[in-house]
Amino acid sequence: MAYVAVKGGEAAIANAHGWMAERRRGDPEVPALSTRQVEEQLGLAVDRVMAEGACHDRGLAALAIKQAQGDLIEAAFLLRAYRTTLPRFGHAAPLDTGAMRVQRRISAVFKDLPGGQLLGPTLDYTHRLLDFALAAEKEAPPEPAAEIPGDAAGRLPRVADFLVREGLMRREADSGQEPPDLTRDPPDFPASRAARLQNLARGDEGFLLSLGYSTQRGYGNNHPFVGEIRQGKVAVRFTPPELGFEIEIGAITVTECEMVNQFQGSKSEPAQFTSGYGLVLGRGERKAMSMALVDRALKAGELGEDRTAPAQDEEFVLMHSDNIEATGFVEHLKLPHYVDFQSELEVIRRMRSTAGTSATGSEA
Amino acid sequence: MSFSVSERQRWMAVLARASLDELRTCLDAASPLPPHRRLRGPETGLIMLRGQAAAVGDRFNLAEITVTRCAVSLEGGTVGHAYLSGRDAARAELAAILDALLQDDATKPAWMAAVIEPLAAIQAENEARQRRKAAATKVQFMTMATTR
Repeated sequence: MAYVAVKGGEAAIANAHGWMAERRRGDPEVPALSTRQVEEQLGLAVDRVMAEGACHDRGLAALAIKQAQGDLIEAAFLLRAYRTTLPRFGHAAPLDTGAMRVQRRISAVFKDLPGGQLLGPTLDYTHRLLDFALAAEKEAPPEPAAEIPGDAAGRLPRVADFLVREGLMRREADSGQEPPDLTRDPPDFPASRAARLQNLARGDEGFLLSLGYSTQRGYGNNHPFVGEIRQGKVAVRFTPPELGFEIEIGAITVTECEMVNQFQGSKSEPAQFTSGYGLVLGRGERKAMSMALVDRALKAGELGEDRTAPAQDEEFVLMHSDNIEATGFVEHLKLPHYVDFQSELEVIRRMRSTAGTSATGSEA
Repeated sequence: MSFSVSERQRWMAVLARASLDELRTCLDAASPLPPHRRLRGPETGLIMLRGQAAAVGDRFNLAEITVTRCAVSLEGGTVGHAYLSGRDAARAELAAILDALLQDDATKPAWMAAVIEPLAAIQAENEARQRRKAAATKVQFMTMATTR
């Protein structure tokens, strides 16, 4: 860090923190917010904090949001800091999204999708009008969601599979390689797809949204379509060493997006579709879509495309996607830099004095 | 002890999906739990979740999840284990005790009937309700060519 610790100010700092706590609580006449209320009624904020904090725990994320007064980057930071206090028991089996108990599943490319298109709980196709009924003192409970007999649960085929089967898209395969872990090892360039996906999964939604948008506007365009979005519960499976067999330890909600993109083909490969992949904790659909756009853009190198746009620049994307690192480095500028700045001052004064008085004289 | 690994996986999954309230409701109506000894925990830690590129390709680390584990033994020496997502120590301990009781032929039928089957029924109904809600949002999109 480019600053030197300073002494003193303890009383002022304690008082400043006290004032912040008072601000956090707000008007004491207004009932305090419970973390359960945050968890239940600000669910998408909870999802975002879990995704960017890279830790699934709804209760902790809700607490972090309350403590951070709704500052979601600060909340993700709190969650990241907390996770460092816990031991790691191991890693789970890859989430089987093929067996997802889907609540939502749509495709923008095939209208007659085997298994059907399920809108699920969505804001798509609504007008974005403020609902003043929600501001009423006594809010009426919503009508219970409609129910009709559904199909039996089963594995849903993937849109990508249809294209792969026709030879119009490359088949992805599991090389069986142990993935790198950014929580333990710093990123290495060129990065593997596994490292990129981990980075994007915990990256800032706003950053990824902007980058994804930039590809649509022509900065590394690859003409995306939403092949499929699915959202629902997946089982978390883990093999405890003392048992030696896989067990389910719970089920979590995730959102998955597979983009289908055009590829012109090259000397060695015929024209075909390519894909980008997004997977995020919770119902972060915008984030999953953005992640898929950026994942596809980052494949530029391996597809032999010119890397001309920011979204195609692996080092630029991966080194700037994390809002916790970013906020740390930007916000540290507020902390005392007196010694640093003193040396800059001295250098500038010396430069000016050696340049002579004429330079000083010409200044307006 | 006569139970298959898949049977044990099933009851452990049912316990993992149950809330503390649901567990306690079943236990309140059942005979009291026998004494047990804690071998480890309950303790909370993390498990790294993984995904696969395009759902079928290379594995990647997605995010961690909080997990609470517990191991207990009963008087006869049977050891029960639990690994549950979340930070609920009481829930993990009860699940570990039940895992031990369910491994013993003498106690298994009663605990299956008192705890596992009722919880499994609640979970099946919850899933069915989600499925019915999803089915109510099933949409048939038509392109202009087909409506003409």
